[in-house]
Amino acid sequence: MSKDLFRQPQGGLIDRSQTISFQFNGTTYQGYSGDSLASALIANGVFLTARSFKYHRPRGIVGSGYEEPSSLVELIGDEESGNQPITRVQIRPGLNARSVNCWPSPNFDLMAVNQYVSKLIPAAFYYKTFKWPNWHFFEPSIRRAAGLASAPKNIHHQGHYETRYAHYDILIVGAGPAGLIAALQAARSGARVMLADDGLESGGSLLSQHVKIDGKEAIDWVRETTASLDAMDNVTRLTEATVWAYREHNLLVITERSPATQNVFQRSWRVRAKQVLIATGAIERNLVFANNDRPGVMMASAIQSYVNRYAAKPGKRAVLFANNSSIYAVARDLRASGVELVAIIDSRSNVNDLPEDLQDIQVFRNYVVEQCHGTKRLRAITIKNTETAEKTKIDCDLLGISGGWNPTVHLFSQSRGKVKYDANLATFIPGESVQACQCIGSASAIFTLQKVMQDAVQKTLQALDLDQSNAILLPQLEPEAEYSIQALWHVDLNESLCSKSFIDIQNDVTLSDVHLAMREGFDAVEHVKRYTTAGMGIDQGKTGNLNVIGAIALKKGCAPDEIGTTTFRSPFVPIEFGALTGTREGSVYLPYRHTSITQWNKDHGAEMYEAGARWRRPGYYPRSGESFQETVNRESRVVREGLAVYDGAPLGKFEIKGPDALKLIDMLYTNNFDSLKIGMGRYGLMLNEDGIIFDDGVTFKLAENHYIMSTSTGNADAVNQHMEFFLQTHRPDWQVKITTITTQWANATLCGPKAREMMQALGTDIDLSNEAFPFMAMREGKVGDFKARVCRVSFTGELSFEINVRSRDSLALWETIMEVGMPFNISPVGSESNHVLRVEKGFLSLGHEADGTTTPFDLGLNWIMSKTKTDYIGKKANEIRLAENPSRWQLVGLLPDDPNELIDESAPITPGGRREASEGFVTACVWSVVHNRVIALALLENGQSRMDETIYIRRKDHVVTAKVTAPCFYDAKGQLLRS
Amino acid sequence: MQPYSIFSLARNALSGHQNWSKAWRSPPLKKRYDVIIIGAGGHGLATAYYLAKNHGITNVAVLEKGWLGGGNIARNTVTIRSNYMRDESIPFYVKSVKLYEGLTKELNYNLMYSKRSMIDVVQTYPKLREIKRRMYNGDLHNSAYERIEVDELRRRIPYLTGGGPESRLPILAGMVHPSAAVCRHDAVAWSYARAADDRGVEIHQNTEVLKLLRNSTDGSINGVETNHGTVYADKVAVVVSGHTTSITDTIGLKLPLKSFNLSAFVSEPVKPIIDVVVNCPDIGVYLSQSDKGELVIGGAPDAGQSFRRDIKQHVFEDAVCSMLELFPSFKRLKLLRQWGGTLDIAHDATPIVSQTDVQGLYVSAGWWGGFKAVPAGGYTLAHLIAKNEQHELTAPFSLNRFKRLDFILEAGTTTAT
Amino acid sequence: MLKISCPFCGPRNEVEFVYGGPLKDRRPDDVSQIEDSTWINYLTVPKNPLGPVQERWWHVRGCGCWFTITRDTRSHDIIESEVES
Repeated sequence: MSKDLFRQPQGGLIDRSQTISFQFNGTTYQGYSGDSLASALIANGVFLTARSFKYHRPRGIVGSGYEEPSSLVELIGDEESGNQPITRVQIRPGLNARSVNCWPSPNFDLMAVNQYVSKLIPAAFYYKTFKWPNWHFFEPSIRRAAGLASAPKNIHHQGHYETRYAHYDILIVGAGPAGLIAALQAARSGARVMLADDGLESGGSLLSQHVKIDGKEAIDWVRETTASLDAMDNVTRLTEATVWAYREHNLLVITERSPATQNVFQRSWRVRAKQVLIATGAIERNLVFANNDRPGVMMASAIQSYVNRYAAKPGKRAVLFANNSSIYAVARDLRASGVELVAIIDSRSNVNDLPEDLQDIQVFRNYVVEQCHGTKRLRAITIKNTETAEKTKIDCDLLGISGGWNPTVHLFSQSRGKVKYDANLATFIPGESVQACQCIGSASAIFTLQKVMQDAVQKTLQALDLDQSNAILLPQLEPEAEYSIQALWHVDLNESLCSKSFIDIQNDVTLSDVHLAMREGFDAVEHVKRYTTAGMGIDQGKTGNLNVIGAIALKKGCAPDEIGTTTFRSPFVPIEFGALTGTREGSVYLPYRHTSITQWNKDHGAEMYEAGARWRRPGYYPRSGESFQETVNRESRVVREGLAVYDGAPLGKFEIKGPDALKLIDMLYTNNFDSLKIGMGRYGLMLNEDGIIFDDGVTFKLAENHYIMSTSTGNADAVNQHMEFFLQTHRPDWQVKITTITTQWANATLCGPKAREMMQALGTDIDLSNEAFPFMAMREGKVGDFKARVCRVSFTGELSFEINVRSRDSLALWETIMEVGMPFNISPVGSESNHVLRVEKGFLSLGHEADGTTTPFDLGLNWIMSKTKTDYIGKKANEIRLAENPSRWQLVGLLPDDPNELIDESAPITPGGRREASEGFVTACVWSVVHNRVIALALLENGQSRMDETIYIRRKDHVVTAKVTAPCFYDAKGQLLRS
Repeated sequence: MQPYSIFSLARNALSGHQNWSKAWRSPPLKKRYDVIIIGAGGHGLATAYYLAKNHGITNVAVLEKGWLGGGNIARNTVTIRSNYMRDESIPFYVKSVKLYEGLTKELNYNLMYSKRSMIDVVQTYPKLREIKRRMYNGDLHNSAYERIEVDELRRRIPYLTGGGPESRLPILAGMVHPSAAVCRHDAVAWSYARAADDRGVEIHQNTEVLKLLRNSTDGSINGVETNHGTVYADKVAVVVSGHTTSITDTIGLKLPLKSFNLSAFVSEPVKPIIDVVVNCPDIGVYLSQSDKGELVIGGAPDAGQSFRRDIKQHVFEDAVCSMLELFPSFKRLKLLRQWGGTLDIAHDATPIVSQTDVQGLYVSAGWWGGFKAVPAGGYTLAHLIAKNEQHELTAPFSLNRFKRLDFILEAGTTTAT
Repeated sequence: MLKISCPFCGPRNEVEFVYGGPLKDRRPDDVSQIEDSTWINYLTVPKNPLGPVQERWWHVRGCGCWFTITRDTRSHDIIESEVES
């Protein structure tokens, strides 16, 4: 059975007592619990698992973890979730996976024809062609051919996403040997530790190597250590958790792919750590030679993982090829697994570190692999002596390659630490830290276990500012040879072989492509990357990027450090979007504000709108059988003729107290408040320092040095900021305090000719006569059972009483009003009818006339701009503007010639109605119930001097004419307000 | 200039692509030029091209401190559109879109220019009102923008399954801007560079301008100090986006500009699912899908001045939350890469294309959303430099507007940049 | 997400604050006495350094105080934090 041919009879970290069935590309296979999809397929003798992105060449499994550049799968069914590297999928019952980007299967892929036109489609070919007739002609087919996996459509999964914040003394990234010993050191020193590791279990490289620690198998040491850590309260240990971003101020982001908590699908952490230890290990890079992408060519360290951790046998006849000493440990393990190791190709010259127990294996020194043979599977290699050029062919079905080790400096680089090139190690290593972090172990380019552990302990002590007396004891380790390497960025080949030598396997980028880019003048490393797309795939070039840099350096004849690296960007591995947001959805993400009356409104059928500052407010209250216009007309009429009520609770309210209160108010508003008497209010206009209208509202004087300011609903927060900013940063010496009382007071506003009668019906101890309680006054007393402050302010132009009560009383007040108001046919009204009424009065509305660009002079508000105050916020800016006298738009009223056609807001006014730059626009247009016709307000260039002129408004399909009038259509003298 | 076509591609394939020539030269830096352009980004390279092509001015050096096209042109969300608010702005962007449409042919380089419409997803009435203003103003200047109802919107964007009547912010309507497009950003830089170089313009990479130099007699500009020595010119243009004030500070010139960070991100590549540019102004996110299959997504800018080119986690998460509100199935899609860039913004959020109080010194800055403006920005700046008078399209963008506090306030600019 | 030290509450996450722009001089007591061009500069020209900038933040989701920090615009390092006196 194939299962036995490719699986060792014992060993590995898999659980042979649990057999699992799974499907891959339509075929059912068996594996064991603990197998990844990759290892299970290898153990089933499956070697052709993918087709490459551009050329659709046959591909196999190359790596064993997140560095996998070759085989991507997508899961089918409930688990669908886009592209997954085949090495990062754990098999489980019911798993159904298929290779991406090939159809019908990797074995027989119709797009494989691309290989035969490969000469026509080198890197960046698309910039040179596909121009005629235009890109659109080709785009749809190109888009369909690209894109790899399908986008997931459903979100069926058990549970939800969760997010958390956490603070730790020390965050250790990676639980390999360095991370584990560092965690032990930190934890025993009493620090609060988080240890996060990407793997299924802690252990890192120790999971894939046969080394002895304290005389035991490494895995035993790992399990003992994790058990000790788990027993400590001050340690949080995460597995299947990737630390994928390092932001400013030591904020790191971690996502757990598979938390133990039931119903939590994935969990993300934002961690603020005092210190960070980066123990992310190192990633092996590949070697570049012809047909180095054939199924059967695998990273040497991946082979080591498959034979040791998964007890699989990735081939029958193996050769190893490397430029460094780490290959020999792989050789040993490969041989012990029962795979025939035919030869080792060591490209280094003058090296003599072949271990004694491997003396019987044929080693070709000073040789390189020139090319692989075989298409759907490796069957032989041709090797070449680098001095004599003598060639030999060797039959094999497995080639393990190692181009050297790169410390995983991504997070370190994200922290803004600089990396530097080390010629001895032929790689980039971490330089100076910029934030409170250090790299430890292989991540800091230390490659022997002994030194890794020493380094980890020392740096942990440094991070925690402890001395040597606190150092924990290191375990006993076996002697190990030092790592040694001779750079081999690519094998020296003719151009024809270069075009088959893959430097970025995932994006099908060949060595020829790099040379082509440079030939065309793209020789900065970022240019090469963008021109060829090397390093831009899902694997982000983890196994290939350094070879690109090396290839550029070789061609230019300089050292890799002069080339530099491309920018390391987050995330370190792809992260599901859902995992970032947790439960922040809907109203948790976009909280809305509501009043005590909101539910009453909903119960009475109000159409709720989203108003400024995320308040939910009733737009109108439709009755059955009514059209929208009929409802609005009815509500408007009831305000003009009878009695209405609306909920004004959301309006901003601020209490301003102190000896300098008046000074502040006079500085904030354009008009004068000196003469305001106690118990009276005044409408004020507020500008920003640029002179633009910012807000408006009525401010009341309660007592000497004691005022209540009201603002618009939408700008309450902004006004609060504006006032506090002014006081605290510019006038800290002024004695005045502002208290936000927006939500402490609610109000119900009665409006209409019957408002006073209604107040009397409610019962109040306030003298309601016009003499005792004039327009713009505020009186305190009882209304019904409620303590209240009643204000005579009006946005509708009718007699109004705004009854302010404590918020907790507002619903009861409202219900009382509705009851007492029944004989008056009281009606609740919403913002739509309010809008109609204020247009009839020509009152300013923020968002319509004042849109963040208009000044008060634009709106003809000269009457409210104090001429006696020498200074207030925004005054000088407008003076400067007016001095140059640019023509400005001004507020006017419009009477359209057709009295029945409603014109939409924003319709532009242009000279003669022609299609050219506008001279104004309609800011509001409503059906006036008072005049039984359409009326509008507009901003018009020099409007105030164009009364009675006919102007032209462009609507979508036709032009409309209207007459310019004063911007007030009802009760211009305000007599009704004052009644 | 070596022509690019299917024929030259085929011909070169036969020789193993050994005969492609350099897209641009690396000439030695001279002591003097007629014009120095600081910054080989999209705008800088376009300006150089149009100086040569439209005005016959070829003794031009473009000085770039890093690698050509390595600034914001290398990292943006490639949205090209002209649906702005103000009469002063719209014609400029309409021109830019028009230039873009003909650029592949003009520069003999496939920009992969893909006209595909932008659709605003409107969720509140105030925003609908604001967008209607854009719609009407756009109509006056031949920049079409039309309303569509919710069912048509969903038909065109089938993956937009959120925003229903029971959701937190139900969709009210959509607004379609048909002339919106995307294209390959690197190709824009490389094609302008190649074409400008072909006409004699010199592009000098790894050449950093350390300061501006002024004549001691009349204070006019007379050159720049670089890390490769002094270079003289009577006309110097600063076209460096976020770093504008760093350069103008060297002569104490005050400009109303602040630099800030704007970030974006892409998803893993998936098969085609979105063929328009989607903008959601009420919740602050916009996205499109590249030809490679990656979703390209952007959100709001960071608070605070910054040159760090990074990602603020909370700003990023908000953009993702917003996206998932309307596209809930994207929860299972994966983030692949993210990046930040430095932009500058003028006090009134409208760009600056202008002469300055220093004779011979020109500035093109305040482009937040400058990718769509590259062709017209270059075209008009070249005009200004060549003739010392503003092109009519950028006359409103002059610095003089600040002397009257006559701001061009693009109120509530959409999130899409 | 910056970690900002509020002078009263200590180090807090950026989301608790509102950004208030780079430091400007104290608004003069009577702006009507200021030269037009000076005032235009005051309104429109901010400091925009490639390096440390003094800027204001408001602890709106905390104690409500406005304070000034000095932050390096290249690295986000916060060098100082103080309240107006």
